Amino acid sequence: MMMKEISLHVLDIIQNSIAAQASFIEICIEISHECDKLLVSVSDNGCGMDEQLRKRVENPYATSRTTRKVGLGIPMFKASAEAAGGMFSLTSKLGEGTCIQAGYKLSHWDCPPLGDIAQTVYTSVICNENINFLYLHRVDAREFRFDTREIRRTLGEDVPFNLPEVMAWIKEYLAEGIHTLYGGA
Amino acid sequence: MKTLQELEEIRKRTLDAINLRKDTEAIRVVVGMATCGIAAGARPVLTAFMDEVAKRNLSNVVVAQTGCIGVCRLEPIVEIYRPGEEKVTYVKVTPDMVGRIVTEHIVNGNAVRDYTIGYYEAHNN
Repeated sequence: MMMKEISLHVLDIIQNSIAAQASFIEICIEISHECDKLLVSVSDNGCGMDEQLRKRVENPYATSRTTRKVGLGIPMFKASAEAAGGMFSLTSKLGEGTCIQAGYKLSHWDCPPLGDIAQTVYTSVICNENINFLYLHRVDAREFRFDTREIRRTLGEDVPFNLPEVMAWIKEYLAEGIHTLYGGA
Repeated sequence: MKTLQELEEIRKRTLDAINLRKDTEAIRVVVGMATCGIAAGARPVLTAFMDEVAKRNLSNVVVAQTGCIGVCRLEPIVEIYRPGEEKVTYVKVTPDMVGRIVTEHIVNGNAVRDYTIGYYEAHNN
């Protein structure tokens, strides 16, 4: 079992943030062709982990099933970055939140594709309306920023994200924004 | 290009639909999105449900995600809750099964028996 795309790891890590009761999740993708690097980070303001749990979650065999807060997701993400000449770091503070960063060497044979990050953000945003998401995506000098707090302000408190028309708008907005990063008009 | 102004217009247009929705109990579609589900292909399934619901403008349907449902080998797993009825669990769901589940089960109220966990377990053991 493995993730074929980096964006699936991101989706998986977001599930941890949700389980940690985060009310804010920031997803950041930075691609620099000059530095030959792809950096991904997911940070949240969830319940965080103490030192003991933090050490444990990077080890696939030590997760206790009863808590079921984390499983194979973190070790697989770490392995995928390290296999592609990259790095992985996890910082967490109990009561403050968790930040996971993974770096990949773009030109590495084993660097997986970023994949459909729009789908990852879209499904996470629509299904977790009570959580604010900030999604930043940079490719060299271009940047796309998507902040659900801005969407919430525009829609007001009464209109849910999962209304068909709103869903369609968000999906399209993300697709267009990301398309622009990769040289589209 | 999509603009926030369009979103503002959607807001004005949809306020009526929301009030209507508040009065009816929603049908819930829940997709398992733990590591096991994601690795098995749950994301395109979740997106397919969202697309289908948006396309058909089914405002009484809520698509949601959950953690591990417990039968990882049968992921992607989708549970459908219709008000007043027993939960139906679909297993090894792929995006091309979604159209039929939405039409037959969500819209018309008849579960797609061939895709259910009961049917799967009875025919694959």
